[in-house]
Amino acid sequence: MSASHRLAAAPASRSTRAGTHLWVAQRVTAMILAIAVVVHLVTILIAVRGGLSAAEILARTQGNGAWFAFYVVFALAAGLHGAIGLRGIAAEWLGWRGRGFDLAWLAIGLVTGLFGIRAAYGLFA
Amino acid sequence: MRPDPRPRTHPTYVAFLVHRISGLLLALFLPLHFWALSRAIAGEDALEGFLRWTDSGTVKAMETILVVLLAAHLAGGLRVLALEFLGWRSAQKTMVAASAGIAFATGLLFLLNVV
Repeated sequence: MSASHRLAAAPASRSTRAGTHLWVAQRVTAMILAIAVVVHLVTILIAVRGGLSAAEILARTQGNGAWFAFYVVFALAAGLHGAIGLRGIAAEWLGWRGRGFDLAWLAIGLVTGLFGIRAAYGLFA
Repeated sequence: MRPDPRPRTHPTYVAFLVHRISGLLLALFLPLHFWALSRAIAGEDALEGFLRWTDSGTVKAMETILVVLLAAHLAGGLRVLALEFLGWRSAQKTMVAASAGIAFATGLLFLLNVV
């Protein structure tokens, strides 16, 4: 068996696989955010005209299932995307690498996303 | 390992730095943003109280910077996705310039609407 065949047949290490999964998650969330951030920026530009008020924001979001669903997806994607991005920077600048750090960043991403969903629920309920 | 031969003054290196720094700042800002929005859980008055705090010129200036960072990260991210998934390797300098233009135009629009 040639060296290249041995290399191809060798199972990917846990760390490599986790890295691949996180890379895919980073790109998928980036694609979701590409649309969500455009919607968010347009909403911001419209909403700030004439000043922001709580009544105006709540009139748009309270009881509106479509906005709530949008913000649930947005918050989760943003939380995960941010945490995976920080993981890359921490690995490069601080040398924080390995499965333990990967799991910690994933947990931070999910908790941040859930924190955002909680806020979105506050605007919806 | 061979050092990267591309000069650090190249527009794509500047774009990489902008994408990284904007991403870092936005990721750190995100929990604060969610906390601010969660004021609504405590009621309309709590959210209104927070929004009136944001009326100051300093906060509006910081909001404008955040909008520019978000637009820059979005436009720069679209350039990276196009490079990775569509293989758009040509006209990189143009795409970097377009990203910067989108970021500043969005910031300017925000400033014109918010002031």
